[in-house]
Amino acid sequence: MDDAVSVRELVVDRGGRRVLHGISCGVPRGTVTGLLGPSGSGKTTLMRAVVGVQTVGSGAVDVLGRPAGSADLRRRVGYLTQAPSVYADLTVRENARYFAVLQGRGRAEADRAVADVGLATAADQLVGTLSGGQRSRASLACALVGEPELVVLDEPTVGQDPVLRADLWARFHAMAANGTTLLVSSHVMDEAARCDRLLLIREGRLVADDTPAAVRAATGTDDLEEAFLRLIRDAEGETR
Amino acid sequence: MNGRILAATTGRILRQLRHDRRTVALLVVVPSVLLTLVYFMYVDQPAPPGGPSTFDRVALIMLGFFPFIIMFLVTSIAMLRERTTGTLERLLTTPLGKLDLLFGYGIAFGLAGVLQSTVSSVVAYRVFGLETAGSAWLVVLIAGVNAVLAVALGLFCSAFARTEFQAVQFMPVVVAPQLLLCGLFVPRDQMAGWLQAVSDALPLSYAVEALQEVGAHAEPTATMWRDVAIVAGAAVAALVLAAATLRRRSG
Repeated sequence: MDDAVSVRELVVDRGGRRVLHGISCGVPRGTVTGLLGPSGSGKTTLMRAVVGVQTVGSGAVDVLGRPAGSADLRRRVGYLTQAPSVYADLTVRENARYFAVLQGRGRAEADRAVADVGLATAADQLVGTLSGGQRSRASLACALVGEPELVVLDEPTVGQDPVLRADLWARFHAMAANGTTLLVSSHVMDEAARCDRLLLIREGRLVADDTPAAVRAATGTDDLEEAFLRLIRDAEGETR
Repeated sequence: MNGRILAATTGRILRQLRHDRRTVALLVVVPSVLLTLVYFMYVDQPAPPGGPSTFDRVALIMLGFFPFIIMFLVTSIAMLRERTTGTLERLLTTPLGKLDLLFGYGIAFGLAGVLQSTVSSVVAYRVFGLETAGSAWLVVLIAGVNAVLAVALGLFCSAFARTEFQAVQFMPVVVAPQLLLCGLFVPRDQMAGWLQAVSDALPLSYAVEALQEVGAHAEPTATMWRDVAIVAGAAVAALVLAAATLRRRSG
Protein backbone atom coordinates (compact mmCIF):
# COMPACT_ATOMS: atom_id res chain seq x y z
CA MET A 1 0.00 0.00 0.00
CA ASP A 2 1.43 3.41 -0.84
CA ASP A 3 1.70 6.00 1.86
CA ALA A 4 -0.12 9.34 1.97
CA VAL A 5 2.53 10.56 4.41
CA SER A 6 6.07 9.36 4.63
CA VAL A 7 8.45 10.66 7.28
CA ARG A 8 12.17 9.90 7.08
CA GLU A 9 14.71 10.55 9.83
CA LEU A 10 12.82 13.62 11.03
CA VAL A 11 14.66 15.71 13.60
CA VAL A 12 13.02 18.77 15.15
CA ASP A 13 14.34 21.12 17.82
CA ARG A 14 12.04 23.54 19.63
CA GLY A 15 13.20 26.13 22.12
CA GLY A 16 16.72 24.66 22.19
CA ARG A 17 15.44 21.19 23.07
CA ARG A 18 15.29 18.18 20.73
CA VAL A 19 11.63 17.22 20.39
CA LEU A 20 11.80 14.60 17.63
CA HIS A 21 14.85 12.32 17.47
CA GLY A 22 14.99 11.05 13.88
CA ILE A 23 11.49 9.62 13.42
CA SER A 24 10.69 7.50 10.36
CA CYS A 25 7.14 6.31 9.71
CA GLY A 26 4.37 6.19 7.15
CA VAL A 27 0.62 6.77 7.02
CA PRO A 28 -1.07 4.44 4.48
CA ARG A 29 -3.70 5.98 2.19
CA GLY A 30 -7.34 5.46 3.06
CA THR A 31 -6.72 4.51 6.68
CA VAL A 32 -7.33 6.02 10.08
CA THR A 33 -3.89 6.11 11.66
CA GLY A 34 -3.69 6.93 15.34
CA LEU A 35 -0.78 8.93 16.71
CA LEU A 36 -0.65 8.04 20.37
CA GLY A 37 1.56 9.08 23.18
CA PRO A 38 1.58 11.02 26.42
CA SER A 39 1.38 14.78 26.57
CA GLY A 40 4.73 16.27 25.57
CA SER A 41 5.84 13.25 23.54
CA GLY A 42 6.05 15.21 20.26
CA LYS A 43 2.68 14.36 18.69
CA THR A 44 1.76 17.94 17.87
CA THR A 45 5.24 18.69 16.54
CA LEU A 46 5.08 15.68 14.22
CA MET A 47 1.64 16.77 13.00
CA ARG A 48 2.84 20.32 12.42
CA ALA A 49 5.71 18.94 10.36
CA VAL A 50 3.24 16.92 8.26
CA VAL A 51 1.10 19.99 7.66
CA GLY A 52 4.22 22.00 6.83
CA VAL A 53 4.08 24.69 9.50
CA GLN A 54 6.96 23.32 11.59
CA THR A 55 10.56 24.36 10.97
CA VAL A 56 12.46 21.08 10.79
CA GLY A 57 16.11 20.45 11.67
CA SER A 58 16.80 17.57 9.30
CA GLY A 59 15.04 14.70 7.58
CA ALA A 60 12.19 14.76 5.10
CA VAL A 61 8.39 14.68 5.17
CA ASP A 62 6.50 13.83 1.98
CA VAL A 63 2.75 14.34 1.81
CA LEU A 64 0.68 12.99 -1.10
CA GLY A 65 3.87 12.70 -3.12
CA ARG A 66 5.05 16.28 -2.52
CA PRO A 67 7.32 17.81 0.12
CA ALA A 68 5.25 18.85 3.18
CA GLY A 69 4.21 22.49 3.04
CA SER A 70 4.14 22.70 -0.77
CA ALA A 71 1.71 25.36 -1.99
CA ASP A 72 -0.50 22.91 -3.93
CA LEU A 73 -0.97 20.79 -0.77
CA ARG A 74 -2.89 23.63 0.90
CA ARG A 75 -6.07 22.57 -0.96
CA ARG A 76 -5.49 18.88 -0.29
CA VAL A 77 -4.69 18.81 3.44
CA GLY A 78 -7.03 19.72 6.31
CA TYR A 79 -5.56 20.52 9.73
CA LEU A 80 -7.28 20.67 13.10
CA THR A 81 -5.11 22.31 15.75
CA GLN A 82 -5.33 21.11 19.32
CA ALA A 83 -6.75 24.39 20.65
CA PRO A 84 -9.88 25.23 18.63
CA SER A 85 -8.73 27.81 16.09
CA VAL A 86 -11.99 29.38 14.98
CA TYR A 87 -13.23 32.93 15.38
CA ALA A 88 -15.05 33.25 18.71
CA ASP A 89 -16.85 36.39 17.54
CA LEU A 90 -18.43 34.70 14.52
CA THR A 91 -21.23 32.12 14.41
CA VAL A 92 -20.46 28.48 13.64
CA ARG A 93 -21.97 28.88 10.18
CA GLU A 94 -20.00 32.07 9.44
CA ASN A 95 -16.77 30.32 10.43
CA ALA A 96 -17.54 27.29 8.23
CA ARG A 97 -18.50 29.48 5.27
CA TYR A 98 -15.30 31.50 5.52
CA PHE A 99 -13.08 28.42 5.59
CA ALA A 100 -15.20 26.91 2.78
CA VAL A 101 -14.42 29.87 0.51
CA LEU A 102 -10.70 29.57 1.30
CA GLN A 103 -10.89 25.97 0.06
CA GLY A 104 -12.90 26.91 -3.04
CA ARG A 105 -16.18 25.50 -1.67
CA GLY A 106 -19.61 27.07 -1.24
CA ARG A 107 -22.35 27.55 1.32
CA ALA A 108 -23.90 24.12 0.80
CA GLU A 109 -20.64 22.37 1.68
CA ALA A 110 -20.23 24.65 4.72
CA ASP A 111 -23.71 23.83 6.03
CA ARG A 112 -23.09 20.12 5.46
CA ALA A 113 -19.80 20.23 7.35
CA VAL A 114 -21.55 21.91 10.29
CA ALA A 115 -24.29 19.26 10.27
CA ASP A 116 -21.71 16.46 10.00
CA VAL A 117 -20.13 17.42 13.33
CA GLY A 118 -23.56 17.59 14.99
CA LEU A 119 -23.78 21.37 15.27
CA ALA A 120 -26.76 22.00 12.94
CA THR A 121 -28.90 23.26 15.80
CA ALA A 122 -26.12 25.56 17.05
CA ALA A 123 -25.14 26.84 13.60
CA ASP A 124 -26.25 30.41 14.28
CA GLN A 125 -24.67 30.65 17.72
CA LEU A 126 -21.51 32.66 18.25
CA VAL A 127 -18.58 30.27 18.78
CA GLY A 128 -17.63 32.22 21.92
CA THR A 129 -20.89 31.12 23.58
CA LEU A 130 -20.39 27.39 22.89
CA SER A 131 -19.11 24.74 25.29
CA GLY A 132 -15.53 23.54 24.91
CA GLY A 133 -16.58 20.36 23.14
CA GLN A 134 -18.87 22.21 20.74
CA ARG A 135 -16.15 24.74 20.01
CA SER A 136 -13.70 22.03 19.08
CA ARG A 137 -16.32 20.45 16.81
CA ALA A 138 -16.83 23.85 15.13
CA SER A 139 -13.10 23.87 14.52
CA LEU A 140 -13.32 20.32 13.14
CA ALA A 141 -16.07 21.36 10.70
CA CYS A 142 -13.71 24.05 9.35
CA ALA A 143 -10.94 21.45 8.87
CA LEU A 144 -13.24 19.05 6.98
CA VAL A 145 -15.18 21.57 4.90
CA GLY A 146 -12.77 21.42 1.95
CA GLU A 147 -13.07 17.60 1.76
CA PRO A 148 -9.27 17.26 1.86
CA GLU A 149 -7.46 14.08 0.78
CA LEU A 150 -5.42 14.06 3.98
CA VAL A 151 -6.90 15.13 7.31
CA VAL A 152 -4.59 15.80 10.25
CA LEU A 153 -6.52 16.01 13.51
CA ASP A 154 -4.80 16.95 16.76
CA GLU A 155 -6.87 15.47 19.61
CA PRO A 156 -10.29 15.96 17.97
CA THR A 157 -12.28 14.03 20.56
CA VAL A 158 -11.07 15.67 23.78
CA GLY A 159 -13.99 16.81 25.92
CA GLN A 160 -16.67 15.19 23.72
CA ASP A 161 -19.36 13.09 25.32
CA PRO A 162 -19.08 9.33 24.71
CA VAL A 163 -21.96 9.16 22.22
CA LEU A 164 -20.54 12.00 20.15
CA ARG A 165 -17.09 10.49 20.36
CA ALA A 166 -18.40 7.24 18.89
CA ASP A 167 -20.19 9.25 16.16
CA LEU A 168 -17.01 11.11 15.28
CA TRP A 169 -14.98 7.89 15.03
CA ALA A 170 -17.69 6.38 12.82
CA ARG A 171 -17.40 9.47 10.60
CA PHE A 172 -13.63 9.14 10.42
CA HIS A 173 -13.95 5.53 9.27
CA ALA A 174 -16.63 6.46 6.72
CA MET A 175 -14.26 9.09 5.33
CA ALA A 176 -11.42 6.56 5.18
CA ALA A 177 -13.69 4.13 3.34
CA ASN A 178 -14.15 6.85 0.72
CA GLY A 179 -10.39 7.13 0.26
CA THR A 180 -9.54 9.95 2.68
CA THR A 181 -6.44 9.44 4.81
CA LEU A 182 -6.70 10.45 8.45
CA LEU A 183 -3.94 11.01 10.97
CA VAL A 184 -5.54 11.41 14.40
CA SER A 185 -3.68 12.08 17.63
CA SER A 186 -4.85 11.15 21.07
CA HIS A 187 -3.40 10.62 24.51
CA VAL A 188 -6.25 8.33 25.49
CA MET A 189 -5.37 4.69 24.98
CA ASP A 190 -8.96 3.46 24.62
CA GLU A 191 -9.07 5.36 21.32
CA ALA A 192 -6.12 3.39 19.99
CA ALA A 193 -8.35 0.36 19.45
CA ARG A 194 -10.48 2.38 17.05
CA CYS A 195 -7.58 3.00 14.63
CA ASP A 196 -6.54 0.94 11.59
CA ARG A 197 -2.91 1.57 12.40
CA LEU A 198 -1.03 2.93 15.39
CA LEU A 199 2.01 5.11 15.74
CA LEU A 200 3.12 5.05 19.35
CA ILE A 201 5.47 7.85 20.26
CA ARG A 202 7.25 8.67 23.51
CA GLU A 203 9.85 11.35 24.25
CA GLY A 204 10.24 12.09 20.55
CA ARG A 205 10.96 8.49 19.54
CA LEU A 206 8.74 6.02 17.76
CA VAL A 207 7.93 3.04 20.01
CA ALA A 208 5.62 1.15 17.63
CA ASP A 209 4.26 1.43 14.08
CA ASP A 210 1.75 -1.36 13.51
CA THR A 211 -1.91 -2.43 13.60
CA PRO A 212 -3.58 -2.63 17.03
CA ALA A 213 -3.87 -6.43 16.61
CA ALA A 214 -0.16 -6.81 15.87
CA VAL A 215 0.76 -4.61 18.85
CA ARG A 216 -1.40 -6.81 21.08
CA ALA A 217 0.10 -9.99 19.65
CA ALA A 218 3.68 -8.78 19.93
CA THR A 219 3.29 -7.82 23.59
CA GLY A 220 1.03 -10.71 24.60
CA THR A 221 -1.71 -8.54 26.11
CA ASP A 222 -5.19 -7.44 24.97
CA ASP A 223 -4.97 -4.17 26.86
CA LEU A 224 -3.32 -1.54 24.63
CA GLU A 225 -2.39 0.61 27.63
CA GLU A 226 -0.48 -2.34 29.08
CA ALA A 227 0.96 -3.14 25.63
CA PHE A 228 2.30 0.40 25.36
CA LEU A 229 3.91 0.06 28.80
CA ARG A 230 5.62 -3.22 27.82
CA LEU A 231 6.89 -1.74 24.57
CA ILE A 232 8.44 1.18 26.46
CA ARG A 233 10.09 -1.16 29.01
CA ASP A 234 11.46 -3.33 26.18
CA ALA A 235 12.83 -0.28 24.37
CA GLU A 236 14.47 1.01 27.56
CA GLY A 237 15.91 -2.42 28.29
CA GLU A 238 17.58 -2.45 24.87
CA THR A 239 19.23 0.92 25.31
CA ARG A 240 20.63 -0.01 28.71
CA MET B 1 -3.94 37.42 -4.45
CA ASN B 2 -7.32 35.87 -5.17
CA GLY B 3 -10.43 38.06 -5.51
CA ARG B 4 -12.86 35.62 -3.92
CA ILE B 5 -10.59 34.96 -0.96
CA LEU B 6 -9.83 38.65 -0.48
CA ALA B 7 -13.55 39.50 -0.55
CA ALA B 8 -14.38 36.66 1.87
CA THR B 9 -11.60 37.78 4.24
CA THR B 10 -12.75 41.41 4.17
CA GLY B 11 -16.34 40.26 4.78
CA ARG B 12 -15.25 38.00 7.62
CA ILE B 13 -13.41 40.83 9.42
CA LEU B 14 -16.37 43.21 9.00
CA ARG B 15 -18.74 40.49 10.25
CA GLN B 16 -16.58 40.03 13.37
CA LEU B 17 -16.76 43.78 13.93
CA ARG B 18 -20.54 43.80 13.44
CA HIS B 19 -21.01 41.15 16.12
CA ASP B 20 -19.10 43.40 18.51
CA ARG B 21 -21.68 46.18 18.88
CA ARG B 22 -19.91 47.91 21.74
CA THR B 23 -16.73 48.33 19.70
CA VAL B 24 -18.75 49.72 16.78
CA ALA B 25 -20.48 52.19 19.12
CA LEU B 26 -17.15 53.30 20.60
CA LEU B 27 -15.61 53.66 17.13
CA VAL B 28 -18.43 55.90 16.00
CA VAL B 29 -19.11 57.94 19.13
CA VAL B 30 -15.75 58.56 20.82
CA PRO B 31 -14.25 60.89 18.16
CA SER B 32 -17.35 63.08 18.26
CA VAL B 33 -17.21 63.31 22.05
CA LEU B 34 -13.54 64.30 21.83
CA LEU B 35 -14.36 66.91 19.19
CA THR B 36 -16.90 68.35 21.62
CA LEU B 37 -14.10 68.72 24.15
CA VAL B 38 -11.87 70.39 21.59
CA TYR B 39 -14.70 72.74 20.65
CA PHE B 40 -15.25 73.97 24.20
CA MET B 41 -11.50 74.26 24.81
CA TYR B 42 -11.08 76.72 21.95
CA VAL B 43 -14.50 78.35 21.63
CA ASP B 44 -13.46 81.53 23.47
CA GLN B 45 -9.95 81.77 22.01
CA PRO B 46 -9.59 84.73 19.66
CA ALA B 47 -8.83 83.80 16.04
CA PRO B 48 -5.30 84.78 14.93
CA PRO B 49 -5.44 87.62 12.37
CA GLY B 50 -5.78 86.35 8.79
CA GLY B 51 -5.76 82.65 9.71
CA PRO B 52 -8.48 80.10 10.50
CA SER B 53 -9.88 80.07 14.03
CA THR B 54 -7.95 77.88 16.44
CA PHE B 55 -10.83 75.40 16.59
CA ASP B 56 -10.94 75.10 12.79
CA ARG B 57 -7.18 74.53 12.67
CA VAL B 58 -7.11 71.90 15.44
CA ALA B 59 -10.38 70.12 14.61
CA LEU B 60 -9.35 69.64 10.98
CA ILE B 61 -6.19 67.81 12.04
CA MET B 62 -8.09 65.83 14.67
CA LEU B 63 -10.46 64.51 11.97
CA GLY B 64 -7.45 62.85 10.37
CA PHE B 65 -5.83 61.83 13.63
CA PHE B 66 -8.73 59.97 15.32
CA PRO B 67 -9.00 57.18 12.70
CA PHE B 68 -5.20 56.93 12.69
CA ILE B 69 -4.80 56.22 16.39
CA ILE B 70 -7.96 54.11 16.79
CA MET B 71 -7.43 51.91 13.73
CA PHE B 72 -3.81 51.35 14.74
CA LEU B 73 -4.91 50.03 18.13
CA VAL B 74 -7.83 47.96 16.82
CA THR B 75 -5.68 46.33 14.16
CA SER B 76 -2.76 45.55 16.46
CA ILE B 77 -5.07 43.72 18.85
CA ALA B 78 -7.07 41.98 16.08
CA MET B 79 -3.92 40.64 14.43
CA LEU B 80 -2.43 39.61 17.76
CA ARG B 81 -5.62 37.64 18.45
CA GLU B 82 -5.21 35.86 15.10
CA ARG B 83 -1.74 34.85 16.26
CA THR B 84 -2.56 33.80 19.81
CA THR B 85 -5.76 31.87 19.03
CA GLY B 86 -4.09 29.84 16.28
CA THR B 87 -6.35 31.09 13.50
CA LEU B 88 -3.37 32.70 11.75
CA GLU B 89 -1.45 29.42 11.68
CA ARG B 90 -4.52 27.66 10.39
CA LEU B 91 -5.13 30.30 7.70
CA LEU B 92 -1.57 29.87 6.49
CA THR B 93 -2.19 26.13 5.92
CA THR B 94 -5.01 27.05 3.49
CA PRO B 95 -4.75 28.48 -0.04
CA LEU B 96 -5.16 32.00 1.42
CA GLY B 97 -2.30 34.28 0.35
CA LYS B 98 -0.56 36.52 2.88
CA LEU B 99 -1.61 39.61 0.95
CA ASP B 100 -5.24 38.38 0.85
CA LEU B 101 -5.20 38.53 4.64
CA LEU B 102 -3.34 41.83 4.99
CA PHE B 103 -5.27 43.67 2.29
CA GLY B 104 -8.46 42.20 3.76
CA TYR B 105 -7.62 43.95 7.04
CA GLY B 106 -6.64 47.12 5.17
CA ILE B 107 -9.95 47.27 3.31
CA ALA B 108 -12.18 46.23 6.22
CA PHE B 109 -10.73 48.58 8.83
CA GLY B 110 -10.21 51.26 6.17
CA LEU B 111 -13.98 51.18 5.59
CA ALA B 112 -14.54 51.35 9.35
CA GLY B 113 -12.24 54.39 9.40
CA VAL B 114 -14.24 56.06 6.60
CA LEU B 115 -17.49 55.44 8.50
CA GLN B 116 -15.92 56.87 11.64
CA SER B 117 -14.55 59.98 9.97
CA THR B 118 -17.81 60.57 8.08
CA VAL B 119 -19.69 60.68 11.38
CA SER B 120 -17.14 62.90 13.09
CA SER B 121 -16.96 65.20 10.04
CA VAL B 122 -20.72 65.63 10.04
CA VAL B 123 -20.53 66.56 13.72
CA ALA B 124 -17.61 68.94 13.16
CA TYR B 125 -19.17 70.75 10.20
CA ARG B 126 -22.84 70.74 11.20
CA VAL B 127 -22.76 70.98 14.98
CA PHE B 128 -19.57 72.95 15.62
CA GLY B 129 -19.52 75.00 12.41
CA LEU B 130 -16.11 73.86 11.18
CA GLU B 131 -15.16 75.87 8.10
CA THR B 132 -12.76 74.70 5.40
CA ALA B 133 -12.17 76.31 2.01
CA GLY B 134 -12.18 72.86 0.34
CA SER B 135 -14.74 70.05 0.33
CA ALA B 136 -15.60 68.00 3.41
CA TRP B 137 -15.44 64.88 1.22
CA LEU B 138 -11.72 65.47 0.71
CA VAL B 139 -11.35 65.50 4.51
CA VAL B 140 -13.14 62.13 4.68
CA LEU B 141 -10.96 60.78 1.85
CA ILE B 142 -7.74 61.80 3.62
CA ALA B 143 -9.00 60.39 6.92
CA GLY B 144 -9.81 57.11 5.14
CA VAL B 145 -6.34 56.84 3.61
CA ASN B 146 -4.94 57.65 7.04
CA ALA B 147 -6.97 54.80 8.54
CA VAL B 148 -5.51 52.37 6.00
CA LEU B 149 -2.01 53.60 6.89
CA ALA B 150 -2.75 52.98 10.57
CA VAL B 151 -4.02 49.46 9.80
CA ALA B 152 -0.86 48.71 7.83
CA LEU B 153 1.38 49.97 10.64
CA GLY B 154 -0.67 48.01 13.19
CA LEU B 155 -0.33 44.79 11.19
CA PHE B 156 3.40 45.31 10.90
CA CYS B 157 3.93 46.17 14.60
CA SER B 158 1.81 43.26 15.85
CA ALA B 159 4.49 40.92 14.51
CA PHE B 160 6.81 42.21 17.24
CA ALA B 161 4.37 41.76 20.11
CA ARG B 162 3.70 38.46 21.85
CA THR B 163 1.08 39.74 24.28
CA GLU B 164 -1.59 42.43 24.38
CA PHE B 165 0.54 44.30 26.95
CA GLN B 166 3.36 44.57 24.44
CA ALA B 167 1.02 45.40 21.57
CA VAL B 168 -0.49 48.45 23.26
CA GLN B 169 3.02 49.75 24.07
CA PHE B 170 3.58 50.18 20.34
CA MET B 171 0.89 52.83 20.33
CA PRO B 172 3.00 55.53 22.06
CA VAL B 173 6.07 54.39 20.10
CA VAL B 174 4.46 54.67 16.67
CA VAL B 175 1.71 57.23 17.18
CA ALA B 176 3.02 59.79 19.68
CA PRO B 177 6.10 60.99 17.72
CA GLN B 178 3.99 61.39 14.60
CA LEU B 179 1.41 63.47 16.49
CA LEU B 180 4.06 65.66 18.17
CA LEU B 181 5.93 66.36 14.94
CA CYS B 182 3.05 66.58 12.45
CA GLY B 183 2.78 70.36 12.68
CA LEU B 184 -0.17 70.61 15.06
CA PHE B 185 1.80 71.95 18.05
CA VAL B 186 4.63 73.76 16.28
CA PRO B 187 4.43 74.58 12.55
CA ARG B 188 6.86 72.32 10.73
CA ASP B 189 8.80 75.21 9.15
CA GLN B 190 9.50 76.64 12.62
CA MET B 191 11.07 73.43 13.99
CA ALA B 192 14.80 72.82 14.34
CA GLY B 193 16.28 71.40 11.15
CA TRP B 194 16.78 67.90 12.50
CA LEU B 195 13.23 67.77 13.84
CA GLN B 196 11.97 68.85 10.44
CA ALA B 197 13.98 66.02 8.89
CA VAL B 198 12.37 63.50 11.26
CA SER B 199 8.96 65.01 10.57
CA ASP B 200 9.60 64.69 6.82
CA ALA B 201 10.17 60.97 7.30
CA LEU B 202 6.89 60.39 9.17
CA PRO B 203 3.82 59.68 7.02
CA LEU B 204 1.31 61.42 9.34
CA SER B 205 3.02 64.76 8.54
CA TYR B 206 1.84 64.43 4.94
CA ALA B 207 -1.71 63.57 5.96
CA VAL B 208 -1.79 66.69 8.14
CA GLU B 209 -0.36 68.84 5.33
CA ALA B 210 -3.01 67.46 2.95
CA LEU B 211 -5.75 68.38 5.45
CA GLN B 212 -4.30 71.88 5.83
CA GLU B 213 -4.36 72.25 2.04
CA VAL B 214 -8.07 71.37 2.07
CA GLY B 215 -8.55 73.92 4.85
CA ALA B 216 -6.88 76.73 2.88
CA HIS B 217 -7.83 76.10 -0.76
CA ALA B 218 -11.23 75.77 -2.42
CA GLU B 219 -9.99 73.31 -5.04
CA PRO B 220 -7.77 70.26 -4.36
CA THR B 221 -4.14 71.31 -4.86
CA ALA B 222 -1.25 69.40 -6.40
CA THR B 223 0.44 69.38 -2.99
CA MET B 224 -2.63 67.73 -1.48
CA TRP B 225 -2.72 64.96 -4.09
CA ARG B 226 1.04 64.43 -3.72
CA ASP B 227 0.60 64.13 0.07
CA VAL B 228 -2.30 61.68 -0.30
CA ALA B 229 -0.17 59.59 -2.67
CA ILE B 230 2.71 59.57 -0.15
CA VAL B 231 0.42 58.40 2.67
CA ALA B 232 -1.11 55.70 0.43
CA GLY B 233 2.38 54.63 -0.70
CA ALA B 234 3.54 54.38 2.92
CA ALA B 235 0.49 52.23 3.68
CA VAL B 236 1.24 49.81 0.84
CA ALA B 237 4.92 49.67 1.86
CA ALA B 238 3.92 48.84 5.46
CA LEU B 239 1.53 46.10 4.21
CA VAL B 240 4.30 44.52 2.16
CA LEU B 241 6.66 44.72 5.15
CA ALA B 242 3.94 43.11 7.28
CA ALA B 243 3.67 40.29 4.72
CA ALA B 244 7.39 39.67 5.18
CA THR B 245 6.78 39.12 8.91
CA LEU B 246 4.21 36.36 8.28
CA ARG B 247 5.92 32.99 8.23
CA ARG B 248 4.14 29.87 7.12
CA ARG B 249 6.67 27.83 9.08
CA SER B 250 7.69 28.50 12.66
CA GLY B 251 9.72 26.87 15.41
